[in-house]
Amino acid sequence: MRAVLRQAVHLVVVLFCVTLFVALLTSMLPGDPVNAIAGFGTDAQKEQIRDRLGLDDPLPVQYVRWVGDFVRGDLGDYWSVTGARPVMDRVREALPVSLQLMLYAQVLALVVAIPLGVATAYRAGSRFDRASNATAFGMLAIPNFALALVLAYYVGVQAGWLPVSGYVSPSEDLIEHFRRMAMPAIALAVGQIAVYMRLLRSDMIATLQEDFITMAKAKGISPRRVLWRHALRPSSLTLLTVAGLNVGTLIGSTVVVEVIFSLPGLGSLLFEAITARQYIAFQSLVAIIAIGYVLLNFMVDVLYAVLDPRIRHARA
Amino acid sequence: MPEPKVDVTADVGGAPELPSLTPITTVQPVDLVRAEGGVPLTGAAARRGKLGVMGILSISWLVLIVALAVLAPVLPIEDPNKIIASIARQPPGTDGHILGGDVLGRDMLSRLIWGARASLLIGTLSVLLGLVLGGLLGLVAGYFRGRWDNILTGGFDILLSFPQLILALTLVTVFASGAGTTYGVRMSVLILALGVVSIPVLGRITRANTLSWCQREFVLAARALGAKQREIMFKEVLPNVLPAMFSIALLGVAVVIVAEGGLSLLGVGTPLPTPSWGNIIAEGRSELRNAPHIVIEPTIVIFLTVFALNYLGDVVRARFDVRESAL
Repeated sequence: MRAVLRQAVHLVVVLFCVTLFVALLTSMLPGDPVNAIAGFGTDAQKEQIRDRLGLDDPLPVQYVRWVGDFVRGDLGDYWSVTGARPVMDRVREALPVSLQLMLYAQVLALVVAIPLGVATAYRAGSRFDRASNATAFGMLAIPNFALALVLAYYVGVQAGWLPVSGYVSPSEDLIEHFRRMAMPAIALAVGQIAVYMRLLRSDMIATLQEDFITMAKAKGISPRRVLWRHALRPSSLTLLTVAGLNVGTLIGSTVVVEVIFSLPGLGSLLFEAITARQYIAFQSLVAIIAIGYVLLNFMVDVLYAVLDPRIRHARA
Repeated sequence: MPEPKVDVTADVGGAPELPSLTPITTVQPVDLVRAEGGVPLTGAAARRGKLGVMGILSISWLVLIVALAVLAPVLPIEDPNKIIASIARQPPGTDGHILGGDVLGRDMLSRLIWGARASLLIGTLSVLLGLVLGGLLGLVAGYFRGRWDNILTGGFDILLSFPQLILALTLVTVFASGAGTTYGVRMSVLILALGVVSIPVLGRITRANTLSWCQREFVLAARALGAKQREIMFKEVLPNVLPAMFSIALLGVAVVIVAEGGLSLLGVGTPLPTPSWGNIIAEGRSELRNAPHIVIEPTIVIFLTVFALNYLGDVVRARFDVRESAL
């Protein structure tokens, strides 16, 4: 419990710093922020924006107002020549796409990496182990955006097996949905597979030398059961933590990969906001991403404390 | 850089085996280096900290690209911005242009060599920034412990609580994406942003290593002999921590080169027409169907460079371990 409480205090501090940074982004813009936000506007419009954003207020006031708006789901407006549209509307459409993509990538990475990690740990030093190691090392050196483009060319354009762009929602057509998501998910998963596999392998090699494994073997439990039930269990916690941390890297990669495959997720929205210099939208999107990541890691930490008996019973 | 928000009291990069004075924390130590994907070793040679064939190839490749990048202005290659209409989108080998032409008809070989300048410049300068600032802060945190440690580690944590590419993207977008952004401003902001992102990672590694080295007898001896704090920090502790910092820095350069590519694809990387490996890929994306070599060539170059840096980072770390165990 105390561990969780400590994490919670940490969470509050981090959230405060992150939101403070994001909330004041617009006032950090060089030059007159209004010109950067709506350079095309008339003077009246600029005055309206200045008013709306309260750019003349002191910073603490700006911060409090921003947090209030954010919590109520008011993410500001997406300004364009035709008028303004709430950013929230766009986010509501885009967020599920990004979440689906990241989920698929993580699941795919774990589904491939866990058996490989277990097998290479069990047969450490074998030819199979060395081959997997070398492959994993190579996989780490491929930037995911490059892999995405190479896949798009060879699998999408040359072979014509999968569509290279666009998104279909799962409720519309489930099979088409997975066909569209396959390449982006693979592009994201490849690097993660290498990380998880390597991590699990070295973790399991250490575990397999523990006394309780020898004990289990001595009792005549089948090697398969020893591996999957006895040895994998302690390593799963390490894997959980690292999977949580890796989401940070994954978010960055997702943004780029979404843009490459024209998936209408948060990444593409972010890209659009940058290109159109929509700083308000940009600010809200960064806030959503950063807060989401902070909360996720908090949950992983708590889950960790709940799952690991050594921590659960510590100081009890 | 990748983001290890794990407990850094963990044994990182082969810190010496000594009873740690830090309290048992809530999170089970996870090896930072493994966690961030700087994998343990491939070949048997590397495992022993020897270079091996792969190591020599890696060094040769890095020496080659650094030499080409430095010598680019005097090499007998085309101007990277000279447009030769006849080779636009043409595959490697056309009209004596070994690597073909890009979207507009600029020589790919020349663009790749000039691109190495931008990519390597950004990679090394930003990691250097992270190394100096992160290293210094980590050293202070690990050496003095107590309040300094809490403040600095807290600061690292906060920086790490942003997904790192997003943080870099945010900094570049806010400070260098406006209409009047010049080349110099954009490049400086890019380097600073990616440097800021590297600070917490290098800071944590340095701190963790400093913590464990500070428990050693020779540090105690130095203190007993009346050495000044500064002398102990820089003459006794720092030299021992350097190999770990250096091995992570090598990985860091690789990560930054890739990150620059990601930012280029989002339109906030090295500003065109100056080539970087990342923005060559970004430009070639639109012609992927007709001229895939524009994307594939820089991809191979980035792959080899990242591979070489990762491999050498591992060798340095393994070598450092060997020295440890010999103590």
